[in-house]
Amino acid sequence: MGIAAEALKDFKGFNPKKLPEVEPLSPGHRACQGCGEILALRQVLKALGENVIVASATGCMEIVTSPFPQTAWRVPWIHVAFENAAAVISGVESAYKALNRKGRINQPDVVFLAYGGDGGTADIGLQALSGALERGHNFIYVCLDNEAYMNTGIQRSSSTPYGAMTTTSPPGKKSIGQRTWKKNVAYIAAAHGIPYVATASPAFALDLMNKVKKAAMIPGPAYLHIYSPCPTGWRHETDLAIEVARLAVQSKVFPLYEVIDGKWILSRKIAKPKPVSEYFKVQRRFRHLTEKDIEEIQRRVDEEYEELLRRCAMSGEPEKKEAEEAKED
Amino acid sequence: MGKRVGMEVSIAAAEVVGLCDVDVIAAYPITPQTHIVEHLSELVADGHLDAEFVPVESEHSAMSTCVGAAAAGARTFTSTSSQGYALMAEICYIASSLRLPIVMAVANRALSAPINIWNDHSDMMMARDTGWIQTVAENGQEVVDLLLHAYRVAEDPRVLLPVMVNLDGFTLTHMIEPIWLPDKDEVQRYLPPYKPQIRLDPRNPMTFGPVGMPEVYTEAKKAQDEAMNGALPVIVEAWQEFEKQFGRSYHPVETYKTEGAEILLLTVGSVSETAMTAVDKMRAQGRNVGLVRLRLWRPFPAKELVNVLKTAKAVAVVDRAMAFSTRSGPLCTEVKAALYDHGVSPYVQNYIAGLGGRDVTVEDFEMMAAKTSDGLAKGLPMGYEIVNVRE
Repeated sequence: MGIAAEALKDFKGFNPKKLPEVEPLSPGHRACQGCGEILALRQVLKALGENVIVASATGCMEIVTSPFPQTAWRVPWIHVAFENAAAVISGVESAYKALNRKGRINQPDVVFLAYGGDGGTADIGLQALSGALERGHNFIYVCLDNEAYMNTGIQRSSSTPYGAMTTTSPPGKKSIGQRTWKKNVAYIAAAHGIPYVATASPAFALDLMNKVKKAAMIPGPAYLHIYSPCPTGWRHETDLAIEVARLAVQSKVFPLYEVIDGKWILSRKIAKPKPVSEYFKVQRRFRHLTEKDIEEIQRRVDEEYEELLRRCAMSGEPEKKEAEEAKED
Repeated sequence: MGKRVGMEVSIAAAEVVGLCDVDVIAAYPITPQTHIVEHLSELVADGHLDAEFVPVESEHSAMSTCVGAAAAGARTFTSTSSQGYALMAEICYIASSLRLPIVMAVANRALSAPINIWNDHSDMMMARDTGWIQTVAENGQEVVDLLLHAYRVAEDPRVLLPVMVNLDGFTLTHMIEPIWLPDKDEVQRYLPPYKPQIRLDPRNPMTFGPVGMPEVYTEAKKAQDEAMNGALPVIVEAWQEFEKQFGRSYHPVETYKTEGAEILLLTVGSVSETAMTAVDKMRAQGRNVGLVRLRLWRPFPAKELVNVLKTAKAVAVVDRAMAFSTRSGPLCTEVKAALYDHGVSPYVQNYIAGLGGRDVTVEDFEMMAAKTSDGLAKGLPMGYEIVNVRE
């Protein structure tokens, strides 16, 4: 049995009828109306409880939660810079390891969380993240992926999906918008051979919170890639964040899965997928795309999903059916 | 009791950091700093030092890890040089602004390009505005003493600033010298256990590093400025305590044969020992030359420096880095500003010497003193010269 499987032997998921009341991330922060990212972050923190130390990368979630002298954090929180949340949490975790061992503190059960946006994770922070994963610190890294540099005004990142409009990937006579395919950081994290990797979505809150809980129970590094709709940057209505997040999963654009001890497990099989066009329709960042463009994107989304299914099949783990999962949510 | 040993300076530096009972060491290799963290990793591997040795993937992460560890209440250490310092510089600003008592040894080395691994002070000078306290060693014994002093100053509740101990790359890091190493008891008597006033602790949650809007940023910087200036008396006090316990004395500005000197050489770092030999030689020839050595680079001890320079007729400031400034190296710019502020105006000539490992010899110092004396006598304009350039 692998490290993660061993740690998860007695895992109990959250009960949909009785969720934790604790809110380590308090209301009163300054996130935009309808922000999907802050919802995701709130779910992460609810799942972790209060015995946690958080390191934040520079980005939306840092800015909106910490304008001095206010703070939305009821747990210890540190922001240092854009690209180094994983390195900072490496230091915090190492300090706790040393101080506990030397008997100067007695707090062996603290959970260490680092989070960043897609810019701070897929681009400038990838090196520090890779280093921390490789060194095996006992921490959780959460990428809150809103698919562009939203905090600085919607510039493209390597996590921006192909064809999307941003202020530095504008569509024009000679450009479709973002010209490259989205970088798959969850696959990159999994390639480090760490015990736990998962994707999650705030539209599937129980699934997300259970994955966070698993990540906290497993010793060693865990990586969670969380889809985080951004009404401001994606140009969708502010009441649609959860709807957009759900469509991304249902259209196979953002499939939910786990990699536990290297075994790939689909969190929900999409038996009757919705077309990508339906997901695109509710957002104005894709509205310049032609039918032919969308067909091409649909083809590649299907291919990638098949590839994911192959990985899961090779790992020989049972797939959960959509219906079963729906009951839980 | 401590012991006198023949030891490579880098090994001695690592030994004393180990004696300080550090909790977290973050390390990335860069020449000529490598022997320091190599030996620390050995001390940890052999169980002589109970610390987390975090072999990070870059100097940027080394400083980031130190920041996280220090914020969590650990005593931390890292070491760097040159390009490595340049990479971590961003986080060095944050370490000082967050008031974290990190200690770092900088094995001074030239910056690219052209790539050059040898000694000058480009990295030390680049670090001058980061808000770190910076001391400078001239020999191996001083490296050991200043590292011990660094923790004492950094962790003093009146200071809470990171400290950089500068030692010249190769000319110090790779030399085997006789060094008096204190023992654990002696270190503990001088350096109390680190008790952080605040730390990242779920039982007492605090927000570190929040956003500083325009209404608070200036005030935060003013507070930092006050902390830096307020550190000077604490630094001196810690040296006085050091002298009481160990018998070796240190001062922000130190002098050698300055009594009645008309021409003063001003140096920083290990080249000062060569300058002393030059001063001995010139004094024997009846020339009125003395030497001033800057021990403390940040906070800049302007008053103390002006006090020793004010009686001289001329000062030859020896810089070991470029500033592309008003015909002045970084040290000389600062010296002139200090003199102007205090209404003192000796003749100042600036020499840029020893870049990228070029030797600075006794003869070079004699030349600098003679040229300065000549310039003063002939009323030549003050300015600077990059010495020994092959045209």
